[in-house]
Amino acid sequence: MRFMVMVRANRESESGAMPSAQRLAEMGKFNEELVKAGVMLAAEGLRASSLGARVRFSGSKRSVIDGPFAETKELIAGFWLWQVRSLDEAIEWVKRCPNPFDGESEIEIRQVFEAEDFG
Amino acid sequence: MSADIQRSIDAVWRIESPRLIAVLTRMLRDVGVAEELTQDVLVTALEHWPRRGVPDNPGAWLMTAAKRRAIDFLRRRKVLERKHAQLGHELESEQGQPAADIEASMDDEIGDDLLRLMFVACHPVLSTDARVALTLRLLGGLTTGEIARAYLQPEPTIAQRIVRAKRTLADKKVAFEVPRAAELRERLDSVLEVIYLVFNEGYTATAGDDWMRPDLCGEALRLGRVLVGLMPGEAEVHGLVALMEIHASRERARVDAEGRPVLLLEQNRAQWDRLLIRRGLDALERAAKAGLAGPYTVQAMIAACHARALTVQATDWVRIAQLYETLAQMTPSPVVELNRAVAISRAFGAQSGLDLVDALAADQALDNYHLLPSVRGDLLGMLGRVDEAREEFRRAAALAGNARERQLLLQRAADCGREAASS
Repeated sequence: MRFMVMVRANRESESGAMPSAQRLAEMGKFNEELVKAGVMLAAEGLRASSLGARVRFSGSKRSVIDGPFAETKELIAGFWLWQVRSLDEAIEWVKRCPNPFDGESEIEIRQVFEAEDFG
Repeated sequence: MSADIQRSIDAVWRIESPRLIAVLTRMLRDVGVAEELTQDVLVTALEHWPRRGVPDNPGAWLMTAAKRRAIDFLRRRKVLERKHAQLGHELESEQGQPAADIEASMDDEIGDDLLRLMFVACHPVLSTDARVALTLRLLGGLTTGEIARAYLQPEPTIAQRIVRAKRTLADKKVAFEVPRAAELRERLDSVLEVIYLVFNEGYTATAGDDWMRPDLCGEALRLGRVLVGLMPGEAEVHGLVALMEIHASRERARVDAEGRPVLLLEQNRAQWDRLLIRRGLDALERAAKAGLAGPYTVQAMIAACHARALTVQATDWVRIAQLYETLAQMTPSPVVELNRAVAISRAFGAQSGLDLVDALAADQALDNYHLLPSVRGDLLGMLGRVDEAREEFRRAAALAGNARERQLLLQRAADCGREAASS
């Protein structure tokens, strides 16, 4: 089964600053482990929401809202797509992830619908 | 033990056990004992961690604990005195090194050990069934119960199969090594075959009511991706992964809402998984860089032709027919010929394909292969010979082992009549 694993944004990621060389190296090593274990399907880091936009739907109307967005904790700063056998395995992997930021961070794990879920 | 801890053990086992078993097998030269000791270490760890806290690097912690246990084991048995001294030294010298260096050198070594374990689990002294079970157990980290469920077999059957396989490896004194040049080709073929067998059993189940068992596809893909990391210079490893990624990309499209199979040319291509296609095409590029294309790479190239075509009409059938010809030269087989016939019929007309199929039918090698009458029925239908087509689909249905596939073929037989009536 597949899981989308999302790193929650914070002030640091929203500031547009690049992560430190050390953090990039640590994250790189972790990503390498995921690849070697055959777990990693995709991984992307997201730029600050100031470079993004939202499209809001209301019935048949659409309105565009430019970033940045205020509710930082609701945003994501990056994500992986993993193939593992269980939520527990995904949790085990996340525990091995270096802390994405100084201090407090949060990583959310969500299961992806599979073909058989629609059967 | 609480259910939570049990689930954690399963997850940690899955992640760590192949590496631990691989390293311990090198130390002990016995897969069975290596597996037992690994299990012991894991259980101990998961009893202790909740109380004392999980170590910063659980992988390294487990590895050190496992190595200690292996040395204790050797000491108790008082065997391999010199080996023991050497291993003790290895462990002590590691303790003197900075942590990062240990990890880096450990990673390389573990990689080598994992690769050796893969070659041992897929050793030709074992039956194919045993290779599959042992590979899923030792390298996939599946439990015996999981393997049994995946293969619709009673658990004791699989457990016995694994026990016997380990005993055979010990009795035959199978060396824990990556085979050298001359032998490598053949042995690697066995590893690739085992992975592809697992994939195919998941992709088109040979028995049972379900058309697919996606979990097995996932296991095979994972093993293939791991192998790519261990043997990045082998073109065919990339080729096999490319083939599996592209085939897996169609998973959603090849079953309809009622669980019935949907044929390649009738699939909704918008449902193909673009991520897996991209991964497959990337793997194919790496295969081309690594060396000459072998049979897996050529099959992946054929799959890629379909993956690149956004519509059925855009399919490059001439290229596909050429690739099947290349494949037929590498691995001559009536099944490949049958596929070539399909491609030729699409590229140059149904009659050209039918001529080839008729020649194959005369050969009798495919007498019990349901896809021969199925393809023949298809081509006859295209030529307007509906009565003969219907007969062929019925014959195909009678030969099909998969229940879903049989239904599809009977449906196609019934459709022949309807199409004739409406035209």
